[in-house]
Amino acid sequence: MAQTAIDIDIDEIIERYPGKPEYLIFLMQDIQAAFNYISPEALTLVCDHTGVAESQAYAVATFYNSFSLEPKGENLVQVCLGTACHLKGSGLIAENLMRSIGLDEPGTTEDLKYTVETVNCLGACALAPVAVVNEAYQPKVSSPKLMKTVKKLGDA
Amino acid sequence: MEELEQLRGELQAAVDPDQTMIVVCHGTGCVANGSQDVTQALKNALAEAGEDIKVMPGIKTTGCHGFCSRGPLVIIKPANVFYQQVKPGDVEEIVAQTILKGETVDRLLYKHPQSGDALETTDEIPFYAGQERVVLQNIGQIDPTDLEDALRAGAYAGMAKALTAMQPAEVIESVTKAGLRGRGGAGFPTGVKWGLAAKHGDVEKFVLCNADEGDPGAFMDRSVMEGDPHAVVEGMIIGGYAIGANVGYVYVRAEYPLAIKHLEMALDDARALGLLGENILGSGFNFDIRINRGAGAFVCGEETALMRSVEGKVGEPVPRPPYPSDKGLFGKPSVLNNVETWANVSRILDRGWEWFAGLGTEKSKGTKVFALVGKVNNVGLVEVPMGIKLKEIVMEIGGGVPGSDHFKAVQTGGPSGGCLPWEDAELPVDFDSLIAAGSMMGSGGMIVMDDRDCMVDVAKYFLGFLEEESCGKCFPCRLGVPRLRETLNRFSKGQGTVEDIDDLYSLAEAIKMGSLCALGGTAPNAVLSTLRYFRGEYEAHILEHRCPAGVCKDLITYKIDPDTCTGCRACARACPQEAISGEKKKPHTIDESLCIRCGMCMESCKFGAIQVF
Repeated sequence: MAQTAIDIDIDEIIERYPGKPEYLIFLMQDIQAAFNYISPEALTLVCDHTGVAESQAYAVATFYNSFSLEPKGENLVQVCLGTACHLKGSGLIAENLMRSIGLDEPGTTEDLKYTVETVNCLGACALAPVAVVNEAYQPKVSSPKLMKTVKKLGDA
Repeated sequence: MEELEQLRGELQAAVDPDQTMIVVCHGTGCVANGSQDVTQALKNALAEAGEDIKVMPGIKTTGCHGFCSRGPLVIIKPANVFYQQVKPGDVEEIVAQTILKGETVDRLLYKHPQSGDALETTDEIPFYAGQERVVLQNIGQIDPTDLEDALRAGAYAGMAKALTAMQPAEVIESVTKAGLRGRGGAGFPTGVKWGLAAKHGDVEKFVLCNADEGDPGAFMDRSVMEGDPHAVVEGMIIGGYAIGANVGYVYVRAEYPLAIKHLEMALDDARALGLLGENILGSGFNFDIRINRGAGAFVCGEETALMRSVEGKVGEPVPRPPYPSDKGLFGKPSVLNNVETWANVSRILDRGWEWFAGLGTEKSKGTKVFALVGKVNNVGLVEVPMGIKLKEIVMEIGGGVPGSDHFKAVQTGGPSGGCLPWEDAELPVDFDSLIAAGSMMGSGGMIVMDDRDCMVDVAKYFLGFLEEESCGKCFPCRLGVPRLRETLNRFSKGQGTVEDIDDLYSLAEAIKMGSLCALGGTAPNAVLSTLRYFRGEYEAHILEHRCPAGVCKDLITYKIDPDTCTGCRACARACPQEAISGEKKKPHTIDESLCIRCGMCMESCKFGAIQVF
């Protein structure tokens, strides 16, 4: 039977770690990194390998912020809401950005173009307020600057 | 051990201390400001100048120098000429002037904020001169990805001493006598903690490093791992030897990819040289370290929750006792210390407990690293002796508050801590004084606030943070923290009564007493400390329906100053509500009934014409 590319990738990831419960989070992190989310099928494979009950794996997947059970958008925008950024207006910046792309709260746009996340301190407080757009730090952002950068990505 | 010292000697001898070395900071802050491009430009410029240079200078990339607000930083050694905010376009001039002629490029020097004098070297700059660098001693000096460079600076000397010349009990005694207290927040004596685990004798044990630096506004541990990862590895090996553990775990935030990379390189290099693994330095002691990446849960900074997470489970705290020193990771006796504590252990074993006990105050020994952020001129990382006055850190090393001669408040201790007012400027910064003042040391975030920061909003911010991060296991935290936040929400809308303040106190007491772990137990501190020092500001919201700092959305109005407005229409274009009108080149006005107070107009105005009332 022909395997799809995704099946092959997942098997390779699963085989990276021994089949013990303590490797559950390692596996989920690698899958999240490879696919941008953890599909129900992937979660089942991880459970079979580590011997963890699916209910427990689901609890872990929903407890930690870095796991997503839904696919994320093409472009990831993270707005830092750490204390230093908060004092410099990052809350308003996040709200303004979300409003401009039609989001009421952090999440993914319907067309899967953008995911906006708010994060608790990136440890880059000298750059406050800071955002990360597709892994590139945007030091000292303002609403207009960030909205422009983000809009450019969507148009590309 | 002799072989290690011989190797160290050879490495040191191979480097000419007089050779010019160009150091470029590659900490996260400088990299985000473009320091990698500066390094590349330097390499190109040196290659081009090739034949004109008698002795080719070296280029070294290091961890964070701390002076993040001035990055990218370039330092020319051995003279320590300090260039700030260097751009790739400045590089040619640096090579032509400083490298070829030995002259400084004045426009790249740091200017003294008061006198305006250009300061040539790091030692003259108040930001550095006021510091005492122990944990950070090698950061900015060594290439963190090069074990040989770390060895030149003395890495693993403390470990070698411990493993080959001391009994485990003597190591614990040294750490106890040094007076080292945990740098993660609570300040528990490290040596005592180790002794509790060691007494279980010959059973499987673990040491762990808490690198889940989750306090917003804190990045000390990230910089240590990025800039001197071997200091952490060395400390953990010493700890493992002292308590009788053969395996260590580093639990590090996934948000810190560079720290993870440098730690992994450090572990590989140490293993290759026999400093980690089987029979370290022929001592017969086996020890290895594994890295666990966090998955984004603030509560995992709590020790029992962290251990559950390492086991692959949901990171919920469990009641203590039993303490981790009796039953910790996988049910075995375990010792957990944070990054800065482990780095201190390396220094103590290297330089002796007597030296360490001579630093700091009677009950708080040594130094503390702080992330100095917020409304302060010199945003960055500073290391100071315990007991230094709050004012010295903020106003002298930190260079003061932009546009003001005082701070309104300094927030320490992360979400568990509190806000200290200007009246406490003379407060000595140590574990016990901070707790007495209603805050705490915490892991070392120090957030400076000015008159434009609202204390009700700040308290609301921390409660919102904790509400989101509460694991939900125990109800005083799960239900109590949202109730506190809701009350403050009402205040920020100008609603509520003074009686509500009394209710806040009793609810805060219940949350403190009833919560399972420190996340809930300290959650009310943000409210309590701001009420203690800024009660008038709360009353202004409740009684006068006004936010004196001009922050709380429902209590402010945006207005355009007709004298400053040029009528450029930038604000009108930016306004999502089309609430701004006016003729071109004539002063504009805002229709208050349409305004949603998003601040877009203020951000887009180049003339500072938009004001908040």
